[in-house]
Formats: sequence, structure tokens, C-alpha cells
Amino acid sequence: MMTGSVLLTLSGVNAYYGQLHVLKGVSLHVNEREIVALLGANGAGKTTTLRTICALLKPATGRITFAGKDIVGMRPEAVVRLGITQVPEGRQLFGPLSVRDNLLLGAYTRLCAGRKAEVLEDIERIFELFPILGERAGQRSGSLSGGEQQMLAIGRALMARPRLLILDEPCLGLAPLVARQIIHTISQLRSQGTTILLVEQNARAALSIADRGYVMETGKVVLEGSAEELLRNREVRRAYLGKDYEEV
Amino acid sequence: MNVPDVYSPQQEMMPREELLQLQLERLQATINRAYKNVPFYRRRLEEAGLQPEDFQNLDDLSKLPLTTKQDLRDAYPYDMVAVPLREVVRFHLSSGTTGPPTVIAYTANDLRHWTETVARNLMAAGVRRDDVVQIFFGYGLFSGGFGLHQGAEAIGATVLPVSSAELVQQVQIMQDFRSTVLVGMPSYALAIAEAMEQQGIDPNSLHLRVGLFGAEPWSEKTRAEIESRLYIHAYDIYGLSEMGGPGVAGECVERNGLHLAEDHFLVEVIDPSSGETLPPGHEGELVFTTLTREALPLLRYRSGDISRIDTSPCPCGRTLARMARVFRRTDDMVIIHGINVFPADVAEVLAEFPEVGKNFQLLVDRRAGHDELEIRVELTQLPSDIAHRLLQIRDQIAARLRQTLGFDFKLSLVEPRSLRVNGKPLPRVVDRRNG
Repeated sequence: MMTGSVLLTLSGVNAYYGQLHVLKGVSLHVNEREIVALLGANGAGKTTTLRTICALLKPATGRITFAGKDIVGMRPEAVVRLGITQVPEGRQLFGPLSVRDNLLLGAYTRLCAGRKAEVLEDIERIFELFPILGERAGQRSGSLSGGEQQMLAIGRALMARPRLLILDEPCLGLAPLVARQIIHTISQLRSQGTTILLVEQNARAALSIADRGYVMETGKVVLEGSAEELLRNREVRRAYLGKDYEEV
Repeated sequence: MNVPDVYSPQQEMMPREELLQLQLERLQATINRAYKNVPFYRRRLEEAGLQPEDFQNLDDLSKLPLTTKQDLRDAYPYDMVAVPLREVVRFHLSSGTTGPPTVIAYTANDLRHWTETVARNLMAAGVRRDDVVQIFFGYGLFSGGFGLHQGAEAIGATVLPVSSAELVQQVQIMQDFRSTVLVGMPSYALAIAEAMEQQGIDPNSLHLRVGLFGAEPWSEKTRAEIESRLYIHAYDIYGLSEMGGPGVAGECVERNGLHLAEDHFLVEVIDPSSGETLPPGHEGELVFTTLTREALPLLRYRSGDISRIDTSPCPCGRTLARMARVFRRTDDMVIIHGINVFPADVAEVLAEFPEVGKNFQLLVDRRAGHDELEIRVELTQLPSDIAHRLLQIRDQIAARLRQTLGFDFKLSLVEPRSLRVNGKPLPRVVDRRNG
């Protein structure tokens, strides 16, 4: 698939947790209408990278631009308004609230601006994408299954009409079949025009729908390439795809 | 975006700003991997007091020491390889006249990238899937033949790997298979032209359209000669075995410099004597850093080739920078019969003979499409039994030089201090092949 111009850029981003140097000059980019996978073992710096993009952690040095705008130093809500929305790891839904109310909260800024009709239209679109959510619109979100909760978390993020959707481990803790469904949904989102940055432990699933990927190790990017190239790289196969040398 | 004349429009026509970002990402990943997997580079960085994370923008690259041909020779055969050997799917070797050859290793991804960059060059010169491509680069440890072969196949053209067949056969195949594209050394193209003329074959009766030539320096005069004798458009391609072979750069139809595959190679220009990085547009030695190479990442490799880089937009629409055609080298290396000959190697042999001095000259000529080398050497003094001794010395030196060079040449011993003008030695190499 042909992708558009560059949407998100990180150049030489360094970030610390106290004294701990967690991102060591990370550079990466995401083009419009691309799915980019961020791979790596636990502690490699993937989630931290996402946190710096969403302005939850301020980089010590380096540049982050979104749609040509420098976003370092912005407040998290300003970054959301620019069009970056993250589906956090662990979903973090409002359990006692209904499915519909969770979705409405995702469009909070638009509701405040009195654009309710538009928001309700978007909810219908989410129900088209995830029919099961429509069936359970009035149900407490806490009563949904893991897969349904993940769909709701993605749906809620989409309510903000993001230009860039960031997904942190969307398949974590899901049954393989459900995980496959989520992955399929993500690729559908892209074909509808959403740009996606995807952190996923299941590298094979992520690379099966991604255009490109980055492999991180100890706070650094050690590999960059098309999904196809990364799948062919034996180091990736061995380390992240669970393939032993003998099998390849 | 669908641009029929560009093989990889997304890469070749990428906005410069995006290209620089991509280069930074790939440079960092390359340095991280080289540091982790190649003891030579880990040592190099540590000796310079550097960590991989010290490279946060493209300018930081100049902190890194240069890599030389000698470093590669010292690593023979596998010491520079950054992946387990079973991931290597191909080796090519580059031969010098002395010392161990240089080993170039490729993973499956490396081969794909190589193929793609060569396909770009072919396409930029106008080669299409309907073409019949006759390749007379050598196939073997030399990477030229295979590189162009893969690129032409990727385009979907029909390939004739004629390699180093006899001239008569080249001409025969060209006629029988209606070759439309010639690929190889420019000198060999002229030899083919000559063979054609001798057989009285009219170029109009052939189907040739385009030629891509490289692997040796060739002038605009030679280009004009090739074009007028073969009735083709001749394009210059550039590569070096250490960067994987051909595919590093190639001319587009504008023929105003060769577009570099900057998404795969980071190119700097340095002052060859000081090693300082030169500002854009200045002439100097090309230094290459691989950006996507898995098997053999090379950081700041000195090519020995003198050129300059132009990043201004090209009317063809490609945003990739253009390098000027290479006519000179830093080390006076000349390519004779496709073999890299370094004057330093000749000097080393001559030093074994007290009868001759340090001053010598290599005269390179071309007759009937064949390279000829004459080596002139100053005697230190004229021996008393002159005729007899001279012949003896000459034969001894010639035998030793032949061992080193591996091909025939003419050796002339000249009077002491005669290869000088006003006491200053004459140029070490005189290449008269391109007039």
C-alpha cells in the first residue's frame, strides 16, 4: 500500500526516569496511513517511547514533531487535541459506566463544544466496526469479556477522531482467536485512513499487518525496515518470533 | 503515486527532509548493530571514547574514525561480518594485486536491497521490461555481473549473461538475440564496436538503444565515441565492491551527475589528506556508510574516489543527491584489464632491487580494445657491463612484477634521473586510454 507523507517524527530522543537513561537517542517516524510496529523485549523502551510521544514524559533532549509541529513541551491534552490518541496497555475503561458512556467520554472535548449530533454519528460508526459493542451498548463495560473490552478501548480512542492512533499491547492477555480479531480490526482501521503506531509483544501478528517496524533493545533502535524485511531477518525471527535457528 | 520511469518512486523522490530522518534512523540502527556484533567497530568506538548513543544526528558521524581498505584486508575472511555465517547467502571478493582480497558478505535482505538499487539505475537509464539486456561484466567473485543481472531481472527484462565471452560471440549474440541494452566496461563496449566494424556490421541493422557502463573511469569523449559507434545512449553507473558492487549511483536521462542510493548509503566528502569533512559541493574523497547492510555494516569507508555531491533538485524529479562522475582517485589506482593496480604495490616490488630507484611511471594505453601497460623505472646508476646486466635486471624485475600484477606488461629501464622535469618526478600514472 502506498503511504502518505510523514506524520510523526522522533529524532535523537533521550529520556530519563530519574537517573536512569531509558531512551538513548531514539529516532523513528510514521507516515500517514501507515501501520508501524514497535518491537522489542520487555524493558527495551517501547512504552517509554509512547509516553514521550503523548507528552506524559518529557524528553531530556531530542525532537518530536507531529504534522510538522514541534510537540515537545506541550501538555498531554494539547497533544490529544492535535490528533494523537493512545489506547493504553490494560485498557483502563470506566468499569461501572456503560459501553455507550465510555464511548461518549472518548469524545469529551467535542461534547463540550456542543457537537453532539456528530458524536452520536461516530458512535454508530464504532458499532459498525464492532457490532458486539452495539449489542452491549447499555451494558456495564466491566462486564464485557477481555476482547470486548479491548474493542471498547479502541472504540473510545477512535471517538477522539485521531490522526494517529497509538496502541500499546492491544492483544495482551487475550485468547489467540480474539487477538487475531483485534489485529484484523487494526488493519481495517488503517484502510479507513487512520495511521497507527503499534507496540506488540506478538511480533508476528504485528508484522503481519504493519508496513514497517522498528526493533528496540535497551533504549535504542537496533533495526529498522519494512515488515517483510524484518520478518526475514533471522535475528528478529529468533528473538521475537520464537523461531529457533534450526527451524528457519 | 505512479511514476513509470522511476523504479522506487517512494524512495527516489522522497522529500529531502524525510530522507535525512530516514538516514538518521538507519545510521543509528547500523551503529548500534555494528557496535554489538563487530568487535572491530566496538574497539574503534571505545578507542575514540564513543558510545553508540553518542550519534544523535547526522553530523555526529564525523566523530567516528574512518574505515580503510586495509582494515577490510586485516579482517580477511570473516572478521567484519556482523551476522552468524549461516545467515550469509552470498560472498563476493574484490581482488587487489597484493594482500588478501576484500570479502563482501550478503544476507537475503542485502541481496534484495542490492537488486533494487541496481534496478533503479537501469530504469533511470531507460531500461524496461521489454528490453534484452546483454551483460558483459564478469560473473564470478567480482560483483559486477551478478549485480546488474539481478537488477535487470527485477525489472522484468530479458537477460543475456554473456559475461567475458569472445568479441565475436558478443557480436553474434547481439545480432541473433536482438540485444537492446549493453552493460559492462566502457572499454569493452568500444572493443565490441571495433569488432563489429571489422565484420562490416552496420549498427543500424542492430536493435541497440541504451548502454550502462562502469567499473572504470571513462570520459565524455569516450561516451561520445561509444554513442556514435554503437548508436546508443550511454549512461554512467557507479559502485564499489565494498558497498556491495554496482547500484551505489547511476545517471538519469539528464546525465548531469549520478543519483546516489542515499536511503542505503550515507555519503560524505572528505579532504583526502586531512580527513576533514568538506562542506557540500566541494570536491574530495567519497566516504560511504552503509545504512541497511546486515551482513557487513561499514562505517565511514574511504572509497579513494574523488568526486563532489550536488543536492540541488534534478529535473527528472528524483530527490536523491547526485555525485559527479569519477575520473580521479586518491591513491592513483588504475584499473587495467579489470584489475585494480595500485602504484604502491609496484613500488613495493621495486624496492627489492637496489639497481633501480624509487622513481617510476605507469603508462596505460589501449590498443584494439585491449589495455596495455608500460612500466618505466629509473636505474640508480648505469652498470658498467651495461647491455648484459640491464637485460638481466630487467628480466628479474619483470618476473617479480608479473607475479604481483598477474598480467603482462612492458618494462623499460631508463637512465638515472630521466623521469623528471626540473628535478621533479613525472606523474606516477599516465592513463592515455581516454584521451
